[in-house]
Formats: sequence, structure tokens, C-alpha cells
Amino acid sequence: MLVTIFVPWLANGDRKPAAPSNPLAPQSRAAPCGRQTRKVKTPLALHRAFAFGDWLLSARLSRSPTYNFTQPMSTIEAEIDALRTEALEALTEADGEAGREAWRAEWLGRKDGRLTLRLRALKDAPPESRAALGKSLNELKATLEGELEARRDSARADALAALSADAALDVTLPGRPQSLGRLHPVTQTMNDCIDAFAEMGFRVFEGPEVEWSRYNFDAVRIPDDHPARDMWDTIWIDTLIEGERQMLLRTHTSPNQIRVMEQTEPPVRVIVPGKCYRQEATDASHEWMLTQIEGLAVDEGVRMSDLKGTLYAFARRLFGEDRRIIFHHSYFPFVEPGVEMAIDCFLCAEPGSDCRTCQDTGWIEVLGAGMVHPEIIENAGYDSSRYTGFAFGVGIERVAMLRWGIEDIRHFYQNDLRFLRQF
Amino acid sequence: MKLPLSWLRDYVDVDLPPAEFATRVTDAIAEVEGWEVIGEQWDPELVRVAEVLAVDPHPNADRLVLATVNVGDGPKTVVCGAPNVASGQKVAFATEGAMLIDGHSGKLSKLKLRAIRGVDSAGMVLSEKELGLSDDHEGILELPGDCAIGAPLVEAIGDVVFDVSTWANRADLLGIFGFAREVAAVTGQPLREPDRSYSQSERPASDFVSVTIEAPDLCRRFTASIIEGIEMGPSPAWMQQRLIRAGMRPINNVVDVTNYVMLETGQPLHAFDYDLVRGAEIRPRRARPGETLTTLDDIERDLDSDMLMICDGEGPVAVAGIMGGGNSEVSESTKTVLLEVANFHPGAIRRTSTQLKLRSEASLRFEKGIGPDLASYAQDRALHLLEQVAGGRPAAGLVDAFPTPLPSPRITLPAARIEQVLGIPIEAAEVRRILVALGFDVAERGDAFEVTPPFWRPDVALPDDVVEELIRIYGYENLPTTVLRGALPEAQPRPLERVREQARELAAGLGFQEVVSYTLTSEEILSRVVPSNDEDRTGPLAAMNPVASQHTYLRTSLRGSLLSAYAGNRHHEDAAMRFFEVGVEYLPTEADLPHERPVLCAVLGGQRLERWERPGPERLDFFDAKGAVETLLGDLGVEGAFTAEEHFAMLPGHSATVSVGDESVGVVAQVHPDVAAAFDIEEPVFLIELWFEPLTRAIPERPDYAPPSRYPEARRDLALLVPADTPASALLEVIRTHRARGVRISADVFDEYRGEGVPAGQKSLALAVRFRADDRTLGEKDVVRIEQGLLRRLDQDLDATLRA
Repeated sequence: MLVTIFVPWLANGDRKPAAPSNPLAPQSRAAPCGRQTRKVKTPLALHRAFAFGDWLLSARLSRSPTYNFTQPMSTIEAEIDALRTEALEALTEADGEAGREAWRAEWLGRKDGRLTLRLRALKDAPPESRAALGKSLNELKATLEGELEARRDSARADALAALSADAALDVTLPGRPQSLGRLHPVTQTMNDCIDAFAEMGFRVFEGPEVEWSRYNFDAVRIPDDHPARDMWDTIWIDTLIEGERQMLLRTHTSPNQIRVMEQTEPPVRVIVPGKCYRQEATDASHEWMLTQIEGLAVDEGVRMSDLKGTLYAFARRLFGEDRRIIFHHSYFPFVEPGVEMAIDCFLCAEPGSDCRTCQDTGWIEVLGAGMVHPEIIENAGYDSSRYTGFAFGVGIERVAMLRWGIEDIRHFYQNDLRFLRQF
Repeated sequence: MKLPLSWLRDYVDVDLPPAEFATRVTDAIAEVEGWEVIGEQWDPELVRVAEVLAVDPHPNADRLVLATVNVGDGPKTVVCGAPNVASGQKVAFATEGAMLIDGHSGKLSKLKLRAIRGVDSAGMVLSEKELGLSDDHEGILELPGDCAIGAPLVEAIGDVVFDVSTWANRADLLGIFGFAREVAAVTGQPLREPDRSYSQSERPASDFVSVTIEAPDLCRRFTASIIEGIEMGPSPAWMQQRLIRAGMRPINNVVDVTNYVMLETGQPLHAFDYDLVRGAEIRPRRARPGETLTTLDDIERDLDSDMLMICDGEGPVAVAGIMGGGNSEVSESTKTVLLEVANFHPGAIRRTSTQLKLRSEASLRFEKGIGPDLASYAQDRALHLLEQVAGGRPAAGLVDAFPTPLPSPRITLPAARIEQVLGIPIEAAEVRRILVALGFDVAERGDAFEVTPPFWRPDVALPDDVVEELIRIYGYENLPTTVLRGALPEAQPRPLERVREQARELAAGLGFQEVVSYTLTSEEILSRVVPSNDEDRTGPLAAMNPVASQHTYLRTSLRGSLLSAYAGNRHHEDAAMRFFEVGVEYLPTEADLPHERPVLCAVLGGQRLERWERPGPERLDFFDAKGAVETLLGDLGVEGAFTAEEHFAMLPGHSATVSVGDESVGVVAQVHPDVAAAFDIEEPVFLIELWFEPLTRAIPERPDYAPPSRYPEARRDLALLVPADTPASALLEVIRTHRARGVRISADVFDEYRGEGVPAGQKSLALAVRFRADDRTLGEKDVVRIEQGLLRRLDQDLDATLRA
């Protein structure tokens, strides 16, 4: 199929001399190794020069046509008419592009086409008839060239029509398979969250997953023996460093509030993505390995309304421009005031429809947040009467579950392609 | 916590429908997780309160009786089979058409009356099961005595029980009265205090008992009262009903009063049988070595010296704040009660209850922190109730050991702080209204509020704590959304993370599916892929309390995770699979947190898909893996060098180290078939590992640049015979470094051939060699001369000869 359409264009003979080396042509791959050694190719400039000289040479050597200029003009005219008739008949009979090309060579070939020779012989014609004869011959040449071009156009149109009709593709057949990989849905969601906050000027910071108990708990105001520790069931590392320093798998990304503030001066505006761990039994909504993103902004003039504005922008970016948010009172030892943020449920059409996601409350809890506790600001060495801040923590799996309607959090880390390739 | 609306209504009027009430409470107080409506199906016309006037035998049946009941419109006769029906009782009575739970099938159905053993019944006296209150179908439900005859049952005992989750710092919300105070503040309704009045006998309580606190750091206050003339028995029906709805089991009138007051005020109480308290003295002290106590749940507890015990003249009688001892328990024979209402150090209670693995309603409250002043409040309330329901007569006064009463904290809240934190001001009048409703004292001094939190709010200590009180009651819906102002922090360069994320994107682009695996694994899986002599990676950190034994060790390699993922998916995938994960290896570090070494690990293998999406005859191989690495590195702007090197768990001869410049950055190899088999992989599978730390170091800040040459390059294809073990890279390196007359030479391998025509022990490599000069077009003679020189060098260095 491909060949029939391309042949006419490639076969334009001397009108388009073949390039000495076509960089796009497929290379003959892996010719039997070592059995032949390719020659260094002739540089392009040399090739061109040679071809041109060759043509000149052949033109000079061409013989004059056997043409008798002594005949009367009318006879010559008749002869030209006969010539036209013969040529056009031959063109009609020419078969395919090869036939047309042979016809062109016979009649219009630059070297010894029958018409070419006659035109070349014009210089020998008597001066009085040269003009009239030349006019007739050139008219004939134009006619023949026009006819040839028309034939070629029509053949090309026929071939294209055949390609469109008879050789039409079944476009519903499968494409040639390519290897497809996707980012994990948690990565995708994390990237979207990072982008949303990055647009608001938040920098990314990362901290260790294996963390000191001091950073995970004490430094964020969750001392030993405080019932708030029940909010974070902890996987502990069984090695004590120096007999007392206890390591754990961080239960949240919040210790990085401390790590960031220890390392920088206000203004602070960071997000901290990463894995967290909980010692808890798994079910459809609980998993022991989680992914969180922590946010922290500390500066002069950071207000709780800024927290609401920041999270509002985030919610609309992730869950749709028409989202609404509310805060309700909550308690986290490291913020004061503390809130949970909920978004209006976009999954249930109307209240009372037994919505599994919002339990018909119309609101879906998405994250915890609050104003950074003044003690934490002070502990970082900042003046809490001057600097205020907000912090928030988002569960990425929860966001991913909401956006895609995933019913069971345990799918995320089973690495089942049938799950993963849907995202 | 279970919060029965009927109980809450003792202290504050609530007219909101349950859903709206739940929303208001969740917004400002604590999270309502759900609620249960009691009596939703009881028709007010058909299910009503009745009084039993008489009980007579059924003429035709031994097990049935005829009860005469009054529903307010004259006596009616009902056939009844319950053993406990008795005259004088208030009962629930249903007439034809009422929707009830069928006692046998358990399904909701419409009551149809019929004659039973020849006697017509005017209706039905109901059990708890028939009313849907419990599964109890043994006897009828006896209603509290104050229910009005003829009243719809739903009005008498219908209820909504909310399930509320409160906060770790708010013991006061674990008391229904404390909860009511918050509801009153939110709805603006007045709050009604519970009755705390009682009469006292002449004899002072201090005649009965002395209290000496020996551990004032653990016991902040201890009050004791004495109630004589107790008549032990069941508590009244109304009290039992409330306890049950709040989730507690009625025991007897004295214990029920202590539980009732705890549920009401949040302050735990404990009743001792006074006659079992030895020596007429109470000594809160630390446990002594070897001491034990059998608690009320009949378990003998080993004690240690950090645990506070309530002791009498001889030894422990209770684990302070957690559970009483069996040796001093009130019982049917109790005549005099010693009522303890105390205050303990919250952390100590939590530590002890954790150590004893004993959580109780009392310990849950104490560990959150209770104001010491609540003790006398709860004493008064309990004495009032004991007098009402147990016939007791309180001795005069309390025995009150309160070594160092804490002064009430005074908090200065500048008015400007409210706006500084919230972004909005709150008017002074509103500040006063909110705080007063919550029980705070407020005085205005200049531009600040002087605030004294009430004794039940030890959690409020700082100005910002007060700001939270204000905004949650004022309403978060009144907080506007604003945009962060001010300067942005400086951007920190994060080259490693940039490289890591670029590699992650490209790996997916190259057809690898990203996976994320559990980072804790088993020692067995690690030992399959990590050599025991790898100092960095052996001795992985272990979890003390893993969620499961296969998730005990922090992985020091991602290989096991990827091979497991590959094996798991092979069950349902026919064709080639490619997976990658970006994670860290947790490498133990002396006396510090582990080094979390970032790595990309990938595995691939299987049959390549052919035209029709079917697995074709061609399998992925080493060079698919290597090609992926080359593209990854190329995307990062560097070129990798591959050196044959054995790696643990990899197939020798099919294993390479990847390096960039001087840095060794990774591995590409076929996984050893034995190792693959251990993961249940029965086909060739290939592995890639790239470590981001050396890789990031190896990436130049900017690529080397040279302008494109103005002169054409000449190309010669050469077939060279070399010893079979000579790597192609050695030829390329010689060619790359060959210098001749200012001509740059580069080359690519385009074939490897062994077999016919090539001597044994040798191989033929086909190279496309390119020559380029920066200052001239190379002529044929030039090229031939340089090529000759190059061939001589190859022959000298590598024993390579031009193939004839």
C-alpha cells in the first residue's frame, strides 16, 4: 500500500536527482559483521559537481536530429500534428508511472527525447521559418508536458482515493503496544498537593522517617504520660541510643515543624511531605504506613484567617473550584487554637441519600490544622509576641481516596498492577 | 462518650433536632460521631405509660396472669406471661396497631391482639426487647415511678443518645454537666446546676477517719466523707436507666451514685465499706516493695514504688485513681460508707494504668487533668444523692487533706492579641459573654482582659488558650479567608530531590510502573538480597512492636520489595512487567538516627508484547535494563560507564556496576535465578539500582558545551577481532582518547559477532568510527592515515586486529 503512493513521487527521474546520502533513510542494520567494510562516502559537494559536468558532456555529444528543414511549412505543420497525435496516443497507452516515465524519456528526455532533439535542431532551421517552427514546437512541448502532468495528477488522485477507500483502516484495531508506566496514585496526589502549596510560596523540606521520640512527641508538646499520646499509636525502634534516646517511626510529619524552625529564621513557609507510621490494626480506612504533608507558615502577621484562606485555595485546587470549607474545633497539643477542616461533600447529590463518604452530614473531614502553639514558637527561639504561625497536616491517602472514590485504603501499598494502572 | 439527651436536658434546654445539635456540638465543642434515637417507632397514641393495678391468675393457664392496668381511661385487663409483673409498677403498654419488635422473630411488626387461652387482652405490657431497648425478653420493663400515667411512652423515656469523642485535655467534657455548660454557651440557653444540698448529722466526719497524704507529689487533694445508716439495695429505675444509656452497668445504689456523679461531673469517686477500713485512717502513699492488691476485677496486682496507693492503717485498699481493692468493697451488708473524692497527678495515674494495663473510667478522667476544686463539688452532689437513694445520713463536714491549694491562674489577654492570632477582632461585650458562659471570670483592664479560668479548666493557661475559647464559641464560620502576606522565604537549592523527582518521572515515562511498598520487611527477605558482609546494610533496625512479624525490620534494600511486587503480579499478568520504586534504605548509624539513603530500584522481565498485544517470543533482557539506565542518565545529562562486576544476589557474568565519572552510582544486572526462585519468580528478571547521592554529585552543574562543527565528519565502519573477554567499552575508550593531528575520534558499537569466520576465543566487534577536525574538512588521505594510527594503537593496547 505504502509503496504505490510513494512510487510516483520518487520516480521523478532527472528532475530530482537522488541525494547522495539520505539521512532519513533506514540504515541497513547489522550487515553481516565484518564481511564488508563500508567505503567513505563521497562528500556532497563533489557529487553535485560531477553530476553537472556529466550532463554538459552528454549534451555536447548528442547528435543532431534527422530533420529536413527544406520542406514547406505546411508539411512541417502536418508533421507536427502527426507528432502530437502520436505522442498523445502513446501517453494514453502508457501503463502506470513506469510507462509514463518511459514516455517522458522518449519524447521529452533532455538528452535525446524526440521533441527535445527537434527543438535543439531549431538553430539549423532557415531563419525565415525558425520563429514559426519554434513556436509550434514549443506549443507542442507545453501540450505534452501539460498532458503528462495531468495524467500524473489524476493517477495520484486515483491512488489516494484507493488508499482512502479500499485500503481504509479499521481504526478500532489495537494500537501497536508501547510500554506504559504511571506514577503511583499517592505520588500523583502528593505532587498535586505540593504544586498547590508551592504556588502559594511554600518551599519543600524533608525530614527523617526514623525520628527521635523527643522531636516526635516532647518537642511538639506531647510529653510522656500525656493522654494525647493515645492519638498516635507508635511503632518504636528496639534500639536505645546512649541508653536513653529513643527512636521511633515518626507518627506524623509535625516534628519537622521543629526541625525547620531550628534551621531557619522567619519568614518560614514550608511543606514537608513524607511517610508516617502508626501501630494500628488495618481496615478499610486505617493503614499502618501513611503519607502526609505538613504545612508551616511562621512570620509577623500570620493569622488564622490566612490559614483558612490557604486551605480554601488548596481545597478548591484539589477538589474543585466550587468547594466550600468549614473549620471545627479540635485539639492537637502543638496548635492553639486547633481545628479540623472539612469540605462540602461533592459525592452525594443531596442530603439523605445514604452517602458513604460524608455519612449524610454533607461534610468530609480532610485535615487537622491550627495556629502554632506559642510555646513551640518560643522554643524555636522566636519571639511569640511578634511571630505567629499556622500549621496543618494532610493525609495524602485520604485525599487520593476522595478524588478517585477509592473504597479501601489498603489498596495503596499492595502494589497490584490491576489497581495501580488505573491512575 | 455516650451522651443521653434526656440527661443533658436536666441542665440545659435543647430544642434542636439531633442532626443540627450534632453539627453545632461538632463545630464548637467535641466531635459527634453518631447518635441513636430511642423510641423512634413508638406511636404516641398507641404506646403509653400504664400503672399495674392488680395481678390475678389466668383461669386457663398456670404460666400466664391477668394484669389490670390503668392507662388513664379506666382499668383494662391484659394477658401477660412475664414473671416480674407486680401491682404498683409503672409499665409500657401497647394497644392494637403499635409497631413493636416481635419477641420471637426480632422483626418490627404491627401488634394484632387476639384472645389468649380464652381470655381477651386489651393490649400488651412490654419487655425491653419489644420496645427495641435491649435483647431482654425475660420480663417486662419497669418504668421510673415518676412517669405520668397515660403519657406517651416516647415522652416518658424516649431519648437520643449521642456518641461523642472528646479531647485528651478536657476531662470536664467527660461529665454531662460540663458538656451542658458548653452547650449552654453555644446556644445561649441558661445553665441549671445539679442539686447539692443535703442534711448532716452532728458528729463530724473527722471523728470517723483521719487522712494523711504521704505522697503529696502524686496526691494533690483527698476528701473523705462518711455516710451512716446506708440501706444497700438496687438504685431507682431512673438512675439505672441513665447509667445504662450512658454505657455503665448498675451495681447497687451506693456504687451507682458514685458512677452517676462521675458521669455527671467528670470527677471520679470511690466508696469504701467504712467497717472494712482498718485503723480508721487513710494514707495515700507510694506502694512498698513486694506489696500487692487484688482489685475489684479480682486480679492480683503487683505494685511498684512509683504507684500511688490508697492505704488504710494496714495496707493498700485501692490503686489510687484507677480501681478499688476487693478488701474494702461495699456490699449488701455495708452500713457505713467512706466516700473518697480525690485529686491525683495526671501523669502518675497514666503511668500506673499503663504499667498495670488497667484502664478504667476513673483513670481515663484523672489522666486528662482535673481541677482539685471539683472534689468538694462532687462530694456535695454525691451526698445529696446518697441521702436520696440509699437512705444515708452524712456525718458533718468533709475530711479534706489539701496540702497546697493552687492559686487560680490569672491570664492577661491583650485585646490586640485576638486580632493578631485570628485576623479579626471580637468585641469586648462578646468576649465577656462567651467567657462568662464558660465559667471564666473576666475583668477589663485598659486594652487587655484579665481572665481567670474556672477550676474545671486546668487546660487553659495561656492567652492563646483563651483566644481558642473565644473563636470556637464565636464560630469559625465567622472567620474570613485571607491571603498570606509578607516576604517569601529564600528558596533553598535541593539538587538531590530535583534529580530524584526527574528520575521518577522519567522511569514512568520509560514504561516502568511506580510502586510504593511497606518499608518494614522481614529478616528473611532482606537476607536474600543483602550480603551478610555488607557493613552498611546488615544489622537492620527493628521495630520493638511491629504490626506483624513480616514487617519487623526497616529495609536496607528495596530489592526484596520490588521482587515481591513482581512475583505477586505475575499471577495475573502474562507479558513483560516493569516496576520501580523510589525510597530510602535505612542504614544503621552508630549512636544516631539511621542514614536514610535515597535510591531508585527497578525490576523488569517477561515477554515483550507483539503487534496484537500478546506476549511475543522475545523476552526483556539485560540490555533492556541497561538501555533504561542509559536513557535515565542521559536525561539527567550524564553518560554512564558499565563495568562487569559481580553483585550479591545477581547472576555472575550478567551483572554490572554503573558509574558516572568517578562515582559508582548503581547496579544493573540479571537477578540470580536462585534468588528469583526464592521470590517465586521462574523467569529471567533484571534489576536496576541507582543511588541518588553519588548520582547527584556526578551531575555537572551545567553540561559541557561546544558549538556544532562547521566541518563534516568522515565515517568509517571497522570490523575488529579482539579476545572474547575484551569489553567493547575498552575499544571505545582507546578510540575516544586517541589523539591524532587535532582530529576528534568517536565510535559506536553496532554489532557483536562470534562463530563462523571468527577464530575461537575471539569475537568480532563492528564499530562505526567518526573523525572530525575543528578546522578543516578531512580528506580521504587524512582519514586513512589517522585510521592506520588508530588501528596500530588498538592492536598494541588491546590485541585488536582489523578483520579481513
